[in-house]
Amino acid sequence: MPDRATVPAPSAPPHRGTLPDRGAAPRGRRPGTDYPVQLIQPDGARVLDREHAALVADIGPDRLRELYRDMVLARRVDLEATALQRQGQLGLWPPLLGQEAAQVGSAHALHPDDYVFCSYREAAVALCRGVAPELLTRMWRGASHHCWDPEAVGMTNPNIIVGAQGLHATGYAYAAQLDGAEIATIAYFGDGASSQGDIAEALGFAASWSAPVVFFCQNNHWAISAPVRVQSATPLARRAYGYGMPGIQVDGNDVLAVLAVTRQAVARARAGGGPSFIEALTYRMGPHTTADDPTRYRTAAELEQWARRDPIDRLRRLLERESLWDEEFAAEVGERADAACADLRRATLTMPDPPPSALFEHVYAEPHPLIEQQRRELARAEGALS
Amino acid sequence: MTTTTFAGALNTAMRRALENDPKVVLMGEDIGRLGGVFRVTDTLQKDFGPHRVIDTPLAESGIIGTAFGMALRGYRPVCEIQFDGFVYPAFDQIVSQVAKIHYRTGGKVLAPLTIRIPFGGGIGSVEHHSESPEAYFAHTAGLRVVSPSTPADAYHMLRQAIAAPDPVIFFEPKRRYWDKAVVDFDADPDLPLHAARVRRPGADVTVVAYGGTVATALAAADIAAEEGRSVEVIDLRSLAPLDIGTVAESVRRTGRLVITHEAPVFGGFGAEIAARVGEQCFYHLQAPVQRVGGYDIPYPPSKLEKYHLPDSDRILDAVDRSLAA
Repeated sequence: MPDRATVPAPSAPPHRGTLPDRGAAPRGRRPGTDYPVQLIQPDGARVLDREHAALVADIGPDRLRELYRDMVLARRVDLEATALQRQGQLGLWPPLLGQEAAQVGSAHALHPDDYVFCSYREAAVALCRGVAPELLTRMWRGASHHCWDPEAVGMTNPNIIVGAQGLHATGYAYAAQLDGAEIATIAYFGDGASSQGDIAEALGFAASWSAPVVFFCQNNHWAISAPVRVQSATPLARRAYGYGMPGIQVDGNDVLAVLAVTRQAVARARAGGGPSFIEALTYRMGPHTTADDPTRYRTAAELEQWARRDPIDRLRRLLERESLWDEEFAAEVGERADAACADLRRATLTMPDPPPSALFEHVYAEPHPLIEQQRRELARAEGALS
Repeated sequence: MTTTTFAGALNTAMRRALENDPKVVLMGEDIGRLGGVFRVTDTLQKDFGPHRVIDTPLAESGIIGTAFGMALRGYRPVCEIQFDGFVYPAFDQIVSQVAKIHYRTGGKVLAPLTIRIPFGGGIGSVEHHSESPEAYFAHTAGLRVVSPSTPADAYHMLRQAIAAPDPVIFFEPKRRYWDKAVVDFDADPDLPLHAARVRRPGADVTVVAYGGTVATALAAADIAAEEGRSVEVIDLRSLAPLDIGTVAESVRRTGRLVITHEAPVFGGFGAEIAARVGEQCFYHLQAPVQRVGGYDIPYPPSKLEKYHLPDSDRILDAVDRSLAA
């Protein structure tokens, strides 16, 4: 059953996705429902929120540094892929710039046996799941329709149809429940996808089945050129209550806060408590994809406002405040990212094109006469040309 | 040997699949307690429980999308779409996800779903309950599309479809649900899933049909026989892949081909058969290929469906045109 205690009073004014920069909770209001959960301010100071801080009380210096390392790695790999597209090596790339905390924080909340159903912008999640950087560009280069072996990683490949994966995560979670497996699935999607019927159906099915799924919405404020207000007249997290599951809003540029609320939702799912909805307020600092030109639809002022909330700068300030930052650490982080980028670049530049015969591989699991005939036709034509 | 209806044969196929494979689950609207609006899944939830015969929320995309998610965890879902005209909300999940995942993942992920769709008209129902959307699915790479026309084929083909590693769209001619026949449920199937069946041998004209029009074509052949014309009737059984070999072999003997289906003719599945016969039997054809189908209109109100659906007369007219050429 949903945790009814978390359902907010309907009288609270809808939160429109602005993030207060503050140090203490407003009196009489609840983090997560009346305003986003935040554990680190943009200046790096900790926020006094005992309930959510308790969920990450075990995150000591080593884990804080690991989160920082993973966010920097994600940013550098993402920028490298963007550069590779600009150099003509990739057909397309969907930059995640600005969303590192939402992705790394949530991915760190997952167990190895949890299963990730992603959209197409979750390269940082993939890196945290152990995907080698050199695998990330395969499909964006056009060498195949996938990047990694989903079973080996416990994560689907990038899913391009917006919102479809919400249902897949729900079905997988339900199947896990039938198996008696105490795992969670997590469905990543965006504010644009929240308008898709498949997300609505997924929320309904998951609630009806009490399926162990976490709906993780990265509200990055823009669905290509459409601002989030086009998608919804209400904060997205509020929709969860109508389906009978808790919904929580979190500062998506605060890696600790994201880790805390995702841990809570994952734990609830794994313990049989059913689905939850997390709305991580973040911002897509780059274009929708490398084919997009965001200067046509948004202002430099908005970009500057969000740059001040940069998720990596924020964690660095916390590390500095807590004397966990030194040049040696910074150099180590940089070297790790350098190596990953070098791997990615080398793998991309040396990636062989698939042979023409690959056209016909795996269309079906069992032989299909039409495919076999066309395979022979192409082979003949290629033979005649060579 | 058991006397069964078409619907009863499907029910037995699912019962045995549920018994034989713990990963088989049935999903759909009203399939559990009610036993389905046509009672095809009658008593199965009572015998196998609500977690194997799942009454889903009322959302077709949700049914197929969650079934796909279950398949990723090793399940083998058999989904019922309540009526042909209700499949469109699930179209994206079927063509973009179910059909493509094996190709997309380089063979790493299977989606062995069976999607059962009662299709076609002739039952006097309201709009969206009598459609023939098979061409949309036959056009989609990655799907297999079949349609039985007899209780025996209904049983064996459904068992074969459920066992197949590829996704199968299983079109059930709903007006044949009450047809009765003697079926040996313990026999092995006499044909592979994707083989056509010559239902009635003949020498003068080949008539190709599938699903609901097979019985119509056989009735037409009976009448033609009284008039001294020998009509060969082929039940296609599988649209994708298409057993064009059986059709071509027949047309090379008869030199004449009539294709019939309930779906509108323009861009319909008959066009694919006609084109392939043109490619493979050009020098054997004695007459242009004739197509007898629904008109190119939305499915009409039921008081008019008798004019829309191919009947014996329209098939025999086409046979006459073919023989007159």
